[in-house]
Amino acid sequence: MSSTFWIIIAGAVLTYFTRAGGHLVLSRFERIHPRVEAGLNAVPAAVLTTLVAPAAMEGGPAEIAALVTGAAISLLGGGMMTIFFVSAGVLIALRQVLG
Amino acid sequence: MTADTYAGRRPSSDFLRGARQSVPIVLAVVPFGLLFGALAVEHGLSTFEAILMSATLYAGASQMVGIDLFSSRIAPWVVVLSIVAVNFRHVLYSATIGRYLDHWTPLQRAVGFFFLVDPQFAEAERRMERSEPLSFAWYMGLALPVYLCWVGETWLGALFGQLIPDTHTFGIDFILPIYFLALVMSFRKRPLWLPVVAISAVASIIAYRTVGSPWHVSIGALAGVFFGALFTPAKPGKETGI
Repeated sequence: MSSTFWIIIAGAVLTYFTRAGGHLVLSRFERIHPRVEAGLNAVPAAVLTTLVAPAAMEGGPAEIAALVTGAAISLLGGGMMTIFFVSAGVLIALRQVLG
Repeated sequence: MTADTYAGRRPSSDFLRGARQSVPIVLAVVPFGLLFGALAVEHGLSTFEAILMSATLYAGASQMVGIDLFSSRIAPWVVVLSIVAVNFRHVLYSATIGRYLDHWTPLQRAVGFFFLVDPQFAEAERRMERSEPLSFAWYMGLALPVYLCWVGETWLGALFGQLIPDTHTFGIDFILPIYFLALVMSFRKRPLWLPVVAISAVASIIAYRTVGSPWHVSIGALAGVFFGALFTPAKPGKETGI
């Protein structure tokens, strides 16, 4: 087997450990400290933000407009699909116009 | 996504409910899966290796990083380390969601964690927020369509990669940030949401500029998590932000 094959397998095994590991470590504790609990409750916002922020910073007007549109629709109560399609529409349209 | 009812908690209906909720995820991921397959072959992976990667690693961003490094002459362990660095955030997902899985069997947990990708985690957290039971059937109903489509798209992308249109014109390169933004917004009722988002954003951008990718994800995430841990009022329940 090629080295590519073994890199994939090693990466897959270690990735699985990251997905099971957090729970395995935490489940060793009888009680979770309230501060840890509060930190974990911040995980969705904290982690998912890091997947958006650098892309937003690197983006031009079309990308920023798409993200602002998405945030606005969300604040107005729009669902995931609405946000997704309208923002993508804004992005594609502006990229056509702005080049 | 408001169609959930409490009537009929049979595993099969829970599974279907999860499958229905997987539709937006599947749609968001389609172009990305095709793109990965195409790029993998372009970078010298065989179709088999591309599919193997999607089927076993099942982590889009780290797969992109991986194929980028395969084509350069970099030591294998560095490639593996880079993949793990991108995926380190899953430790936080696992610890967060593991708190709700006491009613799962160890085998169910072992299987479930394999599928713990970003949208899977976010949907599970949203489900807990709505106080709906996080059953294994629902979880797999959400996970399997996303997983199977991801592997299938990799295959199609590897076969027909040269047919993929200009990713910039069609906005494909920016679909995932839009999708992740929607996920971030969906948690805005949480305590300290706005400051956590602001701190993670600033920290990840600074880290992106200084330390570089992919470390900005872990650094930005930990900054937000520590802020949440330190500054959340002792009695949670009070809302801040919007």
